[in-house]
Amino acid sequence: MGESVEREGALDLLATATRLAASGPEARLVLRVRPAGVAAASSAFGVDLPTMPCRAERAGACAALWLGPDEWLLLAPAADEGCVAAALEDGLAGHPHSLVTASHRQTAVVVDGARAAALLAIGCPLDLDLAAFPVGMCTRTLFAKAPIVLWRQGVARFRIEVWRSFAPYLWQVLDGGLREGLAE
Amino acid sequence: MLLIPCPWCGLRPEIEFSYGGEANIARPADPAALTDEEWGAFLYLRTNPKGRHAERWRHANGCGRFFNAVRDTVSDFFETTTKPGELPPSGGKS
Repeated sequence: MGESVEREGALDLLATATRLAASGPEARLVLRVRPAGVAAASSAFGVDLPTMPCRAERAGACAALWLGPDEWLLLAPAADEGCVAAALEDGLAGHPHSLVTASHRQTAVVVDGARAAALLAIGCPLDLDLAAFPVGMCTRTLFAKAPIVLWRQGVARFRIEVWRSFAPYLWQVLDGGLREGLAE
Repeated sequence: MLLIPCPWCGLRPEIEFSYGGEANIARPADPAALTDEEWGAFLYLRTNPKGRHAERWRHANGCGRFFNAVRDTVSDFFETTTKPGELPPSGGKS
Protein backbone atom coordinates (compact mmCIF):
# COMPACT_ATOMS: atom_id res chain seq x y z
CA MET A 1 0.00 0.00 0.00
CA GLY A 2 1.46 3.36 -0.91
CA GLU A 3 2.28 5.82 1.80
CA SER A 4 -0.34 8.30 0.75
CA VAL A 5 -3.06 5.70 1.21
CA GLU A 6 -1.72 4.69 4.60
CA ARG A 7 -2.31 8.15 5.93
CA GLU A 8 -3.96 8.02 9.30
CA GLY A 9 -7.63 8.82 9.32
CA ALA A 10 -9.69 10.50 6.67
CA LEU A 11 -8.87 13.54 4.65
CA ASP A 12 -11.71 15.86 5.47
CA LEU A 13 -12.27 18.97 3.46
CA LEU A 14 -15.15 20.87 4.96
CA ALA A 15 -15.70 22.96 1.88
CA THR A 16 -16.97 19.98 -0.09
CA ALA A 17 -18.03 17.85 2.89
CA THR A 18 -16.64 14.94 0.91
CA ARG A 19 -14.09 12.64 2.48
CA LEU A 20 -11.68 10.00 1.31
CA ALA A 21 -10.77 7.17 3.62
CA ALA A 22 -8.59 4.13 3.13
CA SER A 23 -10.28 1.02 4.43
CA GLY A 24 -8.51 -1.43 6.71
CA PRO A 25 -7.52 -4.99 5.92
CA GLU A 26 -10.30 -7.20 4.63
CA ALA A 27 -10.68 -10.70 3.24
CA ARG A 28 -11.32 -10.70 -0.50
CA LEU A 29 -12.06 -13.74 -2.60
CA VAL A 30 -12.88 -13.99 -6.26
CA LEU A 31 -15.26 -16.82 -7.02
CA ARG A 32 -16.09 -18.16 -10.45
CA VAL A 33 -18.77 -20.81 -10.67
CA ARG A 34 -21.54 -21.80 -13.09
CA PRO A 35 -25.20 -21.02 -12.30
CA ALA A 36 -25.71 -24.56 -10.94
CA GLY A 37 -23.31 -23.81 -8.08
CA VAL A 38 -24.63 -20.39 -7.09
CA ALA A 39 -27.09 -21.68 -4.48
CA ALA A 40 -24.43 -23.84 -2.86
CA ALA A 41 -21.96 -20.94 -2.80
CA SER A 42 -24.61 -18.62 -1.34
CA SER A 43 -25.38 -20.92 1.57
CA ALA A 44 -21.70 -21.63 2.21
CA PHE A 45 -20.82 -17.92 2.24
CA GLY A 46 -23.94 -16.75 4.04
CA VAL A 47 -24.76 -14.07 1.46
CA ASP A 48 -27.05 -14.60 -1.52
CA LEU A 49 -24.79 -14.19 -4.54
CA PRO A 50 -26.53 -11.63 -6.76
CA THR A 51 -27.44 -12.99 -10.16
CA MET A 52 -28.71 -9.64 -11.45
CA PRO A 53 -25.86 -7.94 -13.30
CA CYS A 54 -23.96 -5.22 -11.45
CA ARG A 55 -25.55 -5.70 -8.05
CA ALA A 56 -24.08 -6.27 -4.61
CA GLU A 57 -25.64 -8.11 -1.69
CA ARG A 58 -24.68 -7.70 1.96
CA ALA A 59 -25.35 -9.84 5.00
CA GLY A 60 -23.76 -8.80 8.27
CA ALA A 61 -20.10 -8.00 7.73
CA CYS A 62 -19.93 -9.93 4.43
CA ALA A 63 -20.78 -8.86 0.92
CA ALA A 64 -20.95 -10.43 -2.52
CA LEU A 65 -20.39 -8.21 -5.57
CA TRP A 66 -21.42 -9.32 -9.05
CA LEU A 67 -18.46 -8.88 -11.40
CA GLY A 68 -19.56 -11.03 -14.33
CA PRO A 69 -22.23 -13.63 -15.18
CA ASP A 70 -20.20 -16.31 -13.40
CA GLU A 71 -17.88 -14.19 -11.29
CA TRP A 72 -18.23 -12.58 -7.87
CA LEU A 73 -16.03 -10.61 -5.50
CA LEU A 74 -16.63 -11.77 -1.93
CA LEU A 75 -15.74 -9.47 0.98
CA ALA A 76 -15.47 -10.62 4.58
CA PRO A 77 -13.71 -9.54 7.79
CA ALA A 78 -9.96 -10.08 7.55
CA ALA A 79 -9.90 -12.59 10.40
CA ASP A 80 -12.44 -14.82 8.61
CA GLU A 81 -10.45 -15.35 5.42
CA GLY A 82 -9.47 -18.94 6.20
CA CYS A 83 -12.84 -20.12 7.42
CA VAL A 84 -14.75 -18.40 4.60
CA ALA A 85 -12.50 -20.03 2.00
CA ALA A 86 -12.78 -23.42 3.69
CA ALA A 87 -16.58 -23.15 3.94
CA LEU A 88 -16.84 -22.27 0.24
CA GLU A 89 -14.56 -25.13 -0.78
CA ASP A 90 -16.69 -27.52 1.27
CA GLY A 91 -19.97 -26.15 -0.05
CA LEU A 92 -18.79 -26.23 -3.67
CA ALA A 93 -17.27 -29.71 -3.50
CA GLY A 94 -19.49 -31.04 -6.30
CA HIS A 95 -19.26 -27.98 -8.55
CA PRO A 96 -16.36 -27.04 -10.81
CA HIS A 97 -15.25 -23.62 -9.63
CA SER A 98 -12.33 -21.30 -9.07
CA LEU A 99 -11.82 -19.60 -5.73
CA VAL A 100 -8.90 -17.20 -5.51
CA THR A 101 -7.84 -15.23 -2.46
CA ALA A 102 -7.17 -11.63 -3.46
CA SER A 103 -7.06 -9.99 -0.03
CA HIS A 104 -3.61 -8.53 -0.50
CA ARG A 105 -4.00 -7.73 -4.17
CA GLN A 106 -6.41 -4.89 -3.64
CA THR A 107 -7.29 -2.23 -1.17
CA ALA A 108 -10.31 -0.02 -0.86
CA VAL A 109 -10.96 3.70 -0.76
CA VAL A 110 -14.26 5.01 0.51
CA VAL A 111 -15.58 8.26 -0.93
CA ASP A 112 -18.22 9.65 1.34
CA GLY A 113 -20.07 12.93 1.32
CA ALA A 114 -22.56 15.11 -0.45
CA ARG A 115 -20.41 15.59 -3.54
CA ALA A 116 -19.06 12.05 -3.76
CA ALA A 117 -20.61 11.38 -7.18
CA ALA A 118 -19.31 14.69 -8.54
CA LEU A 119 -15.84 13.88 -7.28
CA LEU A 120 -15.88 10.43 -8.89
CA ALA A 121 -17.02 11.93 -12.16
CA ILE A 122 -13.58 13.48 -12.64
CA GLY A 123 -12.22 10.02 -13.51
CA CYS A 124 -15.14 7.64 -13.95
CA PRO A 125 -16.91 7.50 -17.32
CA LEU A 126 -20.14 6.05 -15.92
CA ASP A 127 -23.38 7.92 -15.33
CA LEU A 128 -23.45 8.12 -11.53
CA ASP A 129 -26.93 9.63 -11.33
CA LEU A 130 -29.05 7.70 -8.83
CA ALA A 131 -31.41 6.60 -11.59
CA ALA A 132 -28.58 5.08 -13.63
CA PHE A 133 -26.37 3.93 -10.78
CA PRO A 134 -28.63 3.18 -7.78
CA VAL A 135 -27.57 2.29 -4.26
CA GLY A 136 -26.41 -1.33 -4.23
CA MET A 137 -25.01 -1.23 -7.77
CA CYS A 138 -21.44 -2.32 -8.30
CA THR A 139 -19.32 -2.81 -11.37
CA ARG A 140 -15.83 -3.08 -12.68
CA THR A 141 -14.93 0.07 -14.52
CA LEU A 142 -12.12 2.56 -14.95
CA PHE A 143 -11.12 5.52 -12.86
CA ALA A 144 -8.79 7.69 -14.90
CA LYS A 145 -6.19 5.06 -15.92
CA ALA A 146 -6.87 2.61 -13.11
CA PRO A 147 -9.21 -0.40 -13.30
CA ILE A 148 -11.49 -0.38 -10.26
CA VAL A 149 -14.58 -1.99 -8.81
CA LEU A 150 -17.03 0.74 -7.91
CA TRP A 151 -19.77 0.00 -5.40
CA ARG A 152 -22.43 2.50 -4.37
CA GLN A 153 -23.09 1.77 -0.71
CA GLY A 154 -25.30 4.77 -0.08
CA VAL A 155 -26.74 7.77 -1.88
CA ALA A 156 -23.49 9.67 -1.22
CA ARG A 157 -21.14 6.83 -0.30
CA PHE A 158 -19.00 4.87 -2.74
CA ARG A 159 -16.46 2.15 -2.12
CA ILE A 160 -13.67 1.75 -4.65
CA GLU A 161 -11.78 -1.54 -4.79
CA VAL A 162 -8.46 -0.95 -6.48
CA TRP A 163 -5.29 -2.95 -7.01
CA ARG A 164 -2.66 -1.97 -4.47
CA SER A 165 -0.18 -0.74 -7.05
CA PHE A 166 -2.81 1.67 -8.43
CA ALA A 167 -3.94 2.87 -5.01
CA PRO A 168 -1.51 5.82 -4.58
CA TYR A 169 -2.37 7.00 -8.09
CA LEU A 170 -6.10 6.71 -7.46
CA TRP A 171 -5.76 8.51 -4.14
CA GLN A 172 -3.78 11.34 -5.65
CA VAL A 173 -6.29 11.88 -8.45
CA LEU A 174 -9.18 11.93 -5.98
CA ASP A 175 -7.25 14.13 -3.57
CA GLY A 176 -6.44 16.52 -6.40
CA GLY A 177 -10.11 16.63 -7.30
CA LEU A 178 -11.03 17.50 -3.74
CA ARG A 179 -8.45 20.29 -3.60
CA GLU A 180 -9.65 21.73 -6.88
CA GLY A 181 -13.18 21.65 -5.52
CA LEU A 182 -11.90 23.50 -2.48
CA ALA A 183 -10.24 26.14 -4.61
CA GLU A 184 -13.40 26.97 -6.54
CA MET B 1 -18.68 9.35 -25.97
CA LEU B 2 -19.88 6.25 -27.78
CA LEU B 3 -22.09 4.04 -25.63
CA ILE B 4 -22.02 0.30 -26.36
CA PRO B 5 -24.81 -1.95 -25.06
CA CYS B 6 -23.21 -4.85 -23.20
CA PRO B 7 -25.65 -7.80 -23.20
CA TRP B 8 -25.17 -8.10 -19.43
CA CYS B 9 -24.35 -4.62 -18.13
CA GLY B 10 -26.38 -2.41 -20.46
CA LEU B 11 -25.17 0.82 -22.04
CA ARG B 12 -21.55 1.44 -21.11
CA PRO B 13 -18.84 3.83 -22.34
CA GLU B 14 -16.66 2.69 -25.21
CA ILE B 15 -13.48 3.07 -23.14
CA GLU B 16 -14.45 -0.03 -21.14
CA PHE B 17 -14.48 -2.26 -24.22
CA SER B 18 -11.91 -3.91 -26.39
CA TYR B 19 -12.46 -4.97 -29.99
CA GLY B 20 -12.31 -8.67 -30.80
CA GLY B 21 -12.28 -8.72 -34.59
CA GLU B 22 -14.76 -10.19 -37.05
CA ALA B 23 -17.30 -12.66 -35.66
CA ASN B 24 -18.29 -16.11 -36.86
CA ILE B 25 -14.95 -17.28 -38.20
CA ALA B 26 -14.86 -21.02 -37.62
CA ARG B 27 -11.49 -22.58 -36.95
CA PRO B 28 -10.80 -25.36 -39.48
CA ALA B 29 -11.35 -28.78 -37.91
CA ASP B 30 -8.07 -30.16 -39.23
CA PRO B 31 -5.55 -27.34 -39.77
CA ALA B 32 -2.84 -29.79 -40.84
CA ALA B 33 -4.90 -30.75 -43.91
CA LEU B 34 -5.03 -27.16 -45.20
CA THR B 35 -2.76 -25.63 -47.79
CA ASP B 36 -0.69 -22.64 -46.76
CA GLU B 37 -3.04 -20.40 -48.74
CA GLU B 38 -6.13 -21.76 -46.97
CA TRP B 39 -4.49 -21.42 -43.55
CA GLY B 40 -3.30 -17.93 -44.38
CA ALA B 41 -6.83 -17.01 -45.46
CA PHE B 42 -8.24 -18.32 -42.18
CA LEU B 43 -5.72 -16.33 -40.18
CA TYR B 44 -5.64 -13.06 -42.06
CA LEU B 45 -8.36 -12.56 -44.67
CA ARG B 46 -11.34 -10.62 -43.38
CA THR B 47 -14.38 -9.21 -45.13
CA ASN B 48 -13.70 -5.60 -44.02
CA PRO B 49 -17.08 -4.32 -45.25
CA LYS B 50 -18.19 -0.73 -45.54
CA GLY B 51 -21.43 -0.87 -43.58
CA ARG B 52 -22.96 -3.67 -41.56
CA HIS B 53 -20.33 -5.80 -39.85
CA ALA B 54 -20.67 -8.75 -37.45
CA GLU B 55 -17.90 -8.54 -34.90
CA ARG B 56 -16.81 -9.59 -31.44
CA TRP B 57 -16.26 -7.25 -28.54
CA ARG B 58 -15.14 -7.77 -25.00
CA HIS B 59 -16.36 -5.76 -22.03
CA ALA B 60 -12.80 -5.80 -20.70
CA ASN B 61 -13.23 -3.25 -17.92
CA GLY B 62 -16.72 -4.38 -16.99
CA CYS B 63 -18.07 -7.90 -16.79
CA GLY B 64 -15.07 -9.14 -18.76
CA ARG B 65 -17.17 -11.16 -21.22
CA PHE B 66 -17.00 -11.50 -24.98
CA PHE B 67 -20.15 -10.87 -26.97
CA ASN B 68 -21.23 -10.47 -30.58
CA ALA B 69 -22.30 -7.21 -32.13
CA VAL B 70 -23.55 -5.92 -35.45
CA ARG B 71 -22.05 -2.50 -36.07
CA ASP B 72 -22.16 -0.15 -39.00
CA THR B 73 -18.55 0.58 -39.85
CA VAL B 74 -19.51 3.89 -41.45
CA SER B 75 -21.62 5.43 -38.69
CA ASP B 76 -20.35 3.35 -35.72
CA PHE B 77 -24.00 2.60 -34.93
CA PHE B 78 -24.45 -0.60 -32.93
CA GLU B 79 -27.47 -2.34 -34.44
CA THR B 80 -27.53 -5.15 -31.93
CA THR B 81 -25.40 -6.94 -29.38
CA THR B 82 -25.94 -10.54 -28.29
CA LYS B 83 -24.47 -13.00 -25.83
CA PRO B 84 -22.25 -15.70 -27.36
CA GLY B 85 -24.36 -18.46 -28.87
CA GLU B 86 -27.48 -16.28 -29.19
CA LEU B 87 -28.99 -15.12 -32.45
CA PRO B 88 -29.75 -11.42 -32.86
CA PRO B 89 -33.47 -10.46 -32.66
CA SER B 90 -33.67 -10.08 -36.44
CA GLY B 91 -32.34 -13.61 -36.96
CA GLY B 92 -29.42 -14.58 -39.12
CA LYS B 93 -25.79 -14.44 -38.12
CA SER B 94 -24.44 -11.93 -35.63
